[in-house]
Amino acid sequence: MKIAVCVSHVPDTAAKINISGDGKGIDQTGVTYVVNPYDEFAIEEALKTKEKVGGDTVVISLGGEANKETLRKALAMGIDNAVLLKDESYRDSLSVAKALAEEIKSQNAELVFFGKQSVDFDNSVVGQMTAELLGYNCVSVVVDFKLDGTKIIAEREIEGGKEVVETTLPAVITAQKGLNEPRYASLKGIMAAKKKIIEEKPAFVTENFVKVVTLKRPAPKQAGKIIGTDATAVPELIRLLREEAKVI
Amino acid sequence: MGNKILILLEQRNGQLKKASFEAAKAAYELSSKLSLETEAIVIGNEIDNLEAVGNYGVTKVIHFKNSDLFNYSPSAYTKILVDYSRENNVSIIIIPNTSLGKDLAPRVSAKLNAGLAMDCIALDVQGNDIIATRPIYAGKLLQDVKPISDVKIFTLRPNVFPASVINDSKAEVTIRNAENLDFSTKVVEIKKSEGKLDVAEAEIIVSGGRGMKGPEHFQLISELAQLLGAAVGASRAVVDAGWRPHSEQVGQTGKTVSPTLYIALGISGAIQHLAGMRSSKYIVAVNKDKDAPIFQVADYGIVGDVFEILPAMIEEIKKIKS
Repeated sequence: MKIAVCVSHVPDTAAKINISGDGKGIDQTGVTYVVNPYDEFAIEEALKTKEKVGGDTVVISLGGEANKETLRKALAMGIDNAVLLKDESYRDSLSVAKALAEEIKSQNAELVFFGKQSVDFDNSVVGQMTAELLGYNCVSVVVDFKLDGTKIIAEREIEGGKEVVETTLPAVITAQKGLNEPRYASLKGIMAAKKKIIEEKPAFVTENFVKVVTLKRPAPKQAGKIIGTDATAVPELIRLLREEAKVI
Repeated sequence: MGNKILILLEQRNGQLKKASFEAAKAAYELSSKLSLETEAIVIGNEIDNLEAVGNYGVTKVIHFKNSDLFNYSPSAYTKILVDYSRENNVSIIIIPNTSLGKDLAPRVSAKLNAGLAMDCIALDVQGNDIIATRPIYAGKLLQDVKPISDVKIFTLRPNVFPASVINDSKAEVTIRNAENLDFSTKVVEIKKSEGKLDVAEAEIIVSGGRGMKGPEHFQLISELAQLLGAAVGASRAVVDAGWRPHSEQVGQTGKTVSPTLYIALGISGAIQHLAGMRSSKYIVAVNKDKDAPIFQVADYGIVGDVFEILPAMIEEIKKIKS
């Protein structure tokens, strides 16, 4: 079976994010990029699935030259092949999904893993969109995944619990933290990944459906009050919460 | 171009969720600015008190009913929403940004070629355009976006748009037997976390960090949470250490929350944590380090030993309650 993983290359969550001069993007100064944290669970699940049922794995990313770093990381973890869909222009989620769907179709992948969301734009939508475009089934925010022949039983996280979902291949699964423990790349894996060729092709061209008007900073919080330095401050704290904030 | 705003009301166990009323009210406000009709649809089996949506300005509710729709089915919901939107000239779809809404909205967007703005915290009408404001980088920045397609979809972050009652009118409810459903993907069971309130939905969150020193001390956090009717939250450090489940994690790789009150105990306030909770209405911080970044966002702070202050908070709340 052909298994695909779609990954994105995002600023580290520890990074301070500043707005760029044109007001529509972010200032790249001092920002380090990493594999999107949720995509690591997707990569791991693809590898585990391949270990169980056999087949081939391919990792796909849309973006610029810099995304190769993230693709190499996936190769180092054990993914067989990598494809970079080259496009550095702004794309909204649906436009990204359309490009990925084209590639997945040409790869003939029956099972596709995504991270449940990219930690940059936080949409959590590209996996589900790609599935609909391909006519594949889809379960999102998955914390447990079982494949038996073509039947899938997955658990997805919801408010206050989990939903057990049944579906069948072909399918898209979006991974939530808790699905597995991503493996570390071995030294051998890292060396092998350096030698592998990343296939590059232009991303499928499509229009955007959403325009970015501007980015802005959230209003700064006003400096709060330090009420005290020990337990004697507690009655005053509770009084403020009841009488000033009126929240308890 | 369509001429209608459609709201998806979400129900669980036959009860409408609060986020459904928030969506109804927000849609009503959009409809008055854009002079569009509004209609709501709800999918499920028996559902209580649908007429109440009328109190929030939405006068028409279509209930797609089938006993197999007691639980969520992504494929069945998508087909119902897509078919209804196509047949009824819908131009704007409003969906709560819940676990269900987040799963469903992108599916409908892909089917309808509809521009989608997820997790909106404000909707502003400028001429015929709708500008949506949404947090990105878990709230480190805000992004204003404008869908430019014929059909536009917005999902609304819970607890942000007020579900305030306009009047006491009742909505007209039409029941339709949902048929020819697509159950290719279907929820077969729900496993509830026993008696636990989720951080994503709670009005009050009591959250603990590394300063709690060990998983056993979260008992104190649970006790305070229980007294306040609050959910228990956790920082990434304690989730990564295995003290608490990931479902409680607040921050950039956990949940982004906007409760009325967020109580941070022994949390220093890493940038990724602050991003996930800074939009809380009131923030209380207890930390022994006066320079901890959490105090920069806290409305009320106590610089001190959490093991002294937290028990005192529990006692004080008990006193008030008795």
